Amino acid sequence: MQELNTYLFVAAILFSLGVFGVMTRRNGIAILMGVELILNAANINFVAFSRFGGMNLDGHIFALLVIVLAAAEAAVALAIIINIYNNLNTINVDEASALKE
Amino acid sequence: MENIFINYSLFILFLPLAAFVIQIFFGKRLPRQGDWVSVGAIIITLILSIAMFVAMLMGKDPNFKQEASFTWLDMGAFSIQLGFLVDNITVIMLLVVALISTCTHIFSLKYLEGDIRYSRYFAYLGLFTFSMNGIVLSNNLISMYMSWELVGVSSYLLIGHWFEKDSAANAAKKAFLTNRVGDIGFFIGIMLIYTAIGSFVFGDIFEGVSTGMISGTTLTLAGVGLFLGAMGKSSQFPLHIWLPDAMEGPTPVSALMHAATMVAAGVYLTIRIFPLLTPDALLIVAYVGGFTALFASTIAITQNDIKKVLAYSTVSQLGYMILAVGTGVYTAAFFHLVTHAMFKANLFYGSGSVIHSMHHALHEKHDHESDPQDMRNMGGFKDKMPITYWSMLVSTLAIAGVPLFSGFLSKDAILAGSLSFAQHHPEHFLLPVFGFGAAAITAFYMFRMMFMTFHGKPQMPELINDIHESPKEMTGPLVLLGTLSIAIWYILPHFNPISTHGSWFTSLVQPVTAVVPGNLTAHSIEEGAHHAHNLAMGISIGVAAFGIGLAFLMYLKKVLSAERWGNRAGFMYDWSLNKYYFDENYDKYLYQPTLRLANKIAWIDWELYDKYFINGFGRVTNWASSVAGKFDYNIIDQILVDGLGRITDNLGNILKKIQTGKLQNYLLYVTAGVIILMIIQSF
Repeated sequence: MQELNTYLFVAAILFSLGVFGVMTRRNGIAILMGVELILNAANINFVAFSRFGGMNLDGHIFALLVIVLAAAEAAVALAIIINIYNNLNTINVDEASALKE
Repeated sequence: MENIFINYSLFILFLPLAAFVIQIFFGKRLPRQGDWVSVGAIIITLILSIAMFVAMLMGKDPNFKQEASFTWLDMGAFSIQLGFLVDNITVIMLLVVALISTCTHIFSLKYLEGDIRYSRYFAYLGLFTFSMNGIVLSNNLISMYMSWELVGVSSYLLIGHWFEKDSAANAAKKAFLTNRVGDIGFFIGIMLIYTAIGSFVFGDIFEGVSTGMISGTTLTLAGVGLFLGAMGKSSQFPLHIWLPDAMEGPTPVSALMHAATMVAAGVYLTIRIFPLLTPDALLIVAYVGGFTALFASTIAITQNDIKKVLAYSTVSQLGYMILAVGTGVYTAAFFHLVTHAMFKANLFYGSGSVIHSMHHALHEKHDHESDPQDMRNMGGFKDKMPITYWSMLVSTLAIAGVPLFSGFLSKDAILAGSLSFAQHHPEHFLLPVFGFGAAAITAFYMFRMMFMTFHGKPQMPELINDIHESPKEMTGPLVLLGTLSIAIWYILPHFNPISTHGSWFTSLVQPVTAVVPGNLTAHSIEEGAHHAHNLAMGISIGVAAFGIGLAFLMYLKKVLSAERWGNRAGFMYDWSLNKYYFDENYDKYLYQPTLRLANKIAWIDWELYDKYFINGFGRVTNWASSVAGKFDYNIIDQILVDGLGRITDNLGNILKKIQTGKLQNYLLYVTAGVIILMIIQSF
């Protein structure tokens, strides 16, 4: 059981780092990287619970799905960021405020 | 056979209406202004009527009766049945209407030639024929009342045909309004009967009366009410004033409506309702009729306008018919209606022919002052207008009650009826006195008219060469109706010239005993009349001979001076000449007070009601609405509606501040929220 806590601990640190990254950065790519950290923290939890919770391979499969999802998400998000860059000449998300008021 | 009568009746009823519709809308655009439409329609109705009449003669069934009805209005407990009733009386009456109407149409072709409203005139004739047939065919009081009013309207339209003349317009109005007075009574009568019996259909009404659903004074009142309508239409005293004035209409109209058919509607109604009249009501009917007969004939003596003489003679003859209904011999009344329709229509056509010819002669001489209707301008027309003269002479003999002519038979039946009535009730001896008096006077004034018009020296010799016989469209009806004024047609299949006993008429139209208890039975009335027949005949021939002889001496031989006798009669002559001052007295005691009352009421209406009540109401409303408007604007609009808007606006302004659009802020809120939830959870 000691082992599970270790994994959860690592995952929690990773999650917190991710949230911190998303919240503090203004750079779109950096925010995206934070999101990746959050997703991977979740992946660690899936695998850890699956391994130590006696739940066969369900968690692994979920982790794989999340990875695929993350790849798709990154592709879409990067496309958006490229478009923002093309239009505004910056990737600072604060600048992209045309819909505000 | 069953429904042929009803089908024919429908055609007879609606063909003239169709002609009316075509004429009123397209008449002016049709060739010959469409007179052939009306004449064609009326000739078809005549043929159908003759067919029905022949079928009836073949049937020889005195109880023949066809009825067809439909529900016109149904409101639960209140429903009105309308329908048709075809019996022997209906068939004969339809034939009379169709015959006289056809004659009038044909006569008018020439008489109104070149008139500015030629097509409209024929349209109105169609409307009239439709409404008259409506009265004749209805089996209930409601549709009869409707047709009754329609007849009033068409009469109004036709009397006022030359409405450019004030006198014609006024006469039309007078006829319409006087009829209204009677119609109020008619309507009250209908309502009294409906309230008691709950049906408008004659059959139901008679059944209701015989089972005593309505009796006594109410029934008398209802009968008198219905009779009041008849008084208006048949121009009985004191509602007789409109008929002489109605002579302002074209003469063929006078012949059709104000002599032969429309005025007969009143008599027809009284004949139809005869079974429900109580003895009291019958007595009123008899006295009104008898008095009118005598009274109108005394006026006719002194009139100089040829149409006025005929008009008062019509009133008098209608009085006869009403008298006959009142004394119970209502088949005699109907018989007189038929014969009178023939000879009086003929007399009117004859007078129309004379007037037409006078009019042209005066026109030829550029004389627009002399009155073409004044008999004092005539005289000596006999050789100039032989057809008119002879046919009028036949009709005059008929109306005077000379044996071998139709009027003798019918008048005799009426006089026998009143005589037998007086034998039953000696206290009512006045009724036969009225009858025989009127008979004598009628013979006198009719021959006075004939002598003044056709005999003697021409009073305006310069005209006599321009007086010509009328064209054959006008003489045709004269000859036809003159022929029908001879007794032979009414006594077939027997050839007894002094009695209708056993003729087709008396065998087909048999009296029915009244359903009101207390009345004499039809049998005993007939018996009485039969006994009185010979006496009545003797007296009536005597008085007719006396009247004719007097006229002969006064106006042809000039042995007796009419002028001296007129002076000798003094005030009576003046009264008669001025129609007993009825118009003047009505004007003084009825119209003027009514007008004054109306003016007073108008003043109250305008000065008090309108200015204070209506305008005051307006001002109050104005004030109230301005208060309401202020409240609406200041309170509802400004505070409530706008206030709600302002609150929403403020809230929005406050809340939009947390909507920064920065992702990081949202994420921070989410994280903070999750952390707070976790803290809460851990407790």
